[in-house]
Amino acid sequence: MTDPAAWAVQIFNGLSMGSIFLLVALGLALSFGLMNIINLAHGEFIMIGAYTTYSLQQLAIVLTGTPAADYSYFISIPVAFLVAGAAGFIIERLLIRHLYGRSLDTLLATWGVGLFLQQLARTIFGAPNVQVVSPSWLTATVDITTTLVLPVKRIFIIALVMLCLGGIFWYMFRSNWGRRTRAVMQNRPMASSLGVATNQVDSLTFALGSGLAGVAGCALALLGPIGPSMGTFYIVDAFIVVILGGLGQIPGTILAALLIGMFNSIFEFSTTAVVGKVLVFALVILFLQWKPRGLMQLRGR
Amino acid sequence: MVSLVLRRFPGGMSGHLSRFGPPIILLLLLLAAPLVLSDFRVNLLGKILAFAILALSLDLIWGYAGMLSLGHGVFFGLGGYAFAMFLKLEAAKGELPDFMFWSGLKELPIFWAPFQYAWFAIPMVVILPSLLAGALGFLVFRSRITGVYFALISQALALMVSILFIGQQPYTGGTNGLTNLTSVFGHSLYSVETQKALYYITIAFLVGSYLLCLGVVSSPFGRLLVAIRDDENRVRFSGYDPAIFKTAVYALSAALAGIGGALFAPQVGIVSPTMMGIVPSIEVAVWVAVGGRGTLIGAIIGAIIVNYAKSLLSEAFPDFWTYFLGALFIGAVLIFPRGIIGLLRREGWQWPQWMSVARRRLNAVGSATASVWRGIR
Repeated sequence: MTDPAAWAVQIFNGLSMGSIFLLVALGLALSFGLMNIINLAHGEFIMIGAYTTYSLQQLAIVLTGTPAADYSYFISIPVAFLVAGAAGFIIERLLIRHLYGRSLDTLLATWGVGLFLQQLARTIFGAPNVQVVSPSWLTATVDITTTLVLPVKRIFIIALVMLCLGGIFWYMFRSNWGRRTRAVMQNRPMASSLGVATNQVDSLTFALGSGLAGVAGCALALLGPIGPSMGTFYIVDAFIVVILGGLGQIPGTILAALLIGMFNSIFEFSTTAVVGKVLVFALVILFLQWKPRGLMQLRGR
Repeated sequence: MVSLVLRRFPGGMSGHLSRFGPPIILLLLLLAAPLVLSDFRVNLLGKILAFAILALSLDLIWGYAGMLSLGHGVFFGLGGYAFAMFLKLEAAKGELPDFMFWSGLKELPIFWAPFQYAWFAIPMVVILPSLLAGALGFLVFRSRITGVYFALISQALALMVSILFIGQQPYTGGTNGLTNLTSVFGHSLYSVETQKALYYITIAFLVGSYLLCLGVVSSPFGRLLVAIRDDENRVRFSGYDPAIFKTAVYALSAALAGIGGALFAPQVGIVSPTMMGIVPSIEVAVWVAVGGRGTLIGAIIGAIIVNYAKSLLSEAFPDFWTYFLGALFIGAVLIFPRGIIGLLRREGWQWPQWMSVARRRLNAVGSATASVWRGIR
């Protein structure tokens, strides 16, 4: 308990967990900032990403006869992004745009979508959990001291998230579509009247957020079992991150995700997993008394 | 089809008949149900009516005050636990309840002891949920958290409370909950007579809750709630503090949900944390949406129809039920947002845009084919 190395490991684990929350929460925060909707099926995109990783590995085993985890995992990261992104794009086109301006109804409808996707996964892959074999060199550890041992897996996840974050920043602040997205976030009618195709921005941003959740699913496949309802397990934490971070604010979301990840892992370490989660929830509620709009907020007039 | 029939008889369902007709017909049907249904189905219907009280409590805050709570199962569960603790101690006959013994507890925890008295346990059924809702509501509404944010926080509440109950095995029975509830005030829970009596008691509480909600929504307080739902800022500028009213109705709703839970527990003979989790909590919203939100009676009808369908369909096709439920969530908001009651009142049947476009195209194709057909003839 008092060993500083043990604490360092906890903080490190918190960082890697927080970075996964970040990947999940970014998509939620983007679509909330843009369309004022929360997608309750967002967790199922994690599940889609994870099952994509699993399927590709199974395919690699069938094709090469060996568990070629080392290669298939890397291919699965972009594929999971594309598959989950495509699923998000379809759902946005078919369902969510018809519910524009009805945020609470969107919650229920997307929950329905989530149920559907979960049952679909159960039908295709069966109800029991499946497991992805990690690439061999990711199973190593980095021994800094004898007690301070960091798994390469978690370092890899943090690096992956940094990479995605870099991509998002490039997209949002350097590309034309990102500029349009920011314009719609700031003032939808004005952006629309200046010729921004707001419905295309909506679809694209939603697909992007879903794709990021798919990548998060890839990362989670390294850490634990894959099941049809794995998404619901992580999604509530992501919601808390979004609430704490503030309305669709990327910097706020980043900070909130890291804080939640850290607090979760520190509280879990010093008490139990359950008490840790409840404490984090209570802290967030109390924090909102002080700053009701979250850590960062768009300045309104 | 229903709307077609109604169009044939204009004014037939208007006025007092349309307002009080459905509730009275429903009540008569429920009272007569034990005469025709098997004991098993009556017991099932009794459980569903306990759910109907829960749905009613959600409709009060969602339909009228615009607060969608995705964690109402928590209050239902708390009410259920409060009463089940009393029943558990009655079943234990003065000894330590079985699960505490298995978990290695030597004596009854202090907070359990008062629950052996009915005069303590029964008030707790409403006090515990409304205290929790009051505390959370006060904090949340005071900082002006509304809409989606409130929905997500209430969902997080469902997760937290359910994992808290699962984690505290020695005090709550963990995942299994409180099992083997055998009797209530000395009447065996296994006897048909007790279950029938519970069925009628549940109907009585349902009618009472319905009348209470009806009273609330037609009072000045209820009108203020509707005003808060439609434009909270305007209410604030008119000199009212919405936070107080929202907290009050949230606590009232939680108390009703607690009563539902307390009626549910003896009819099932068990309470478990699964009924407080995220999944059952959000299902309540679909019952209300299917029946028609903001109508009170719709919540009851929705709860009965969806749950009865669930028990029929999931007995026969367990996989199919989840798809159906998913479709119900989507359909309830996309295709018939005003629910069954809206359909009856002929205001609801909205086609989503793409469907009406598709229908128009189909009609165009239809008339084109018809004219071609005429040309051929």
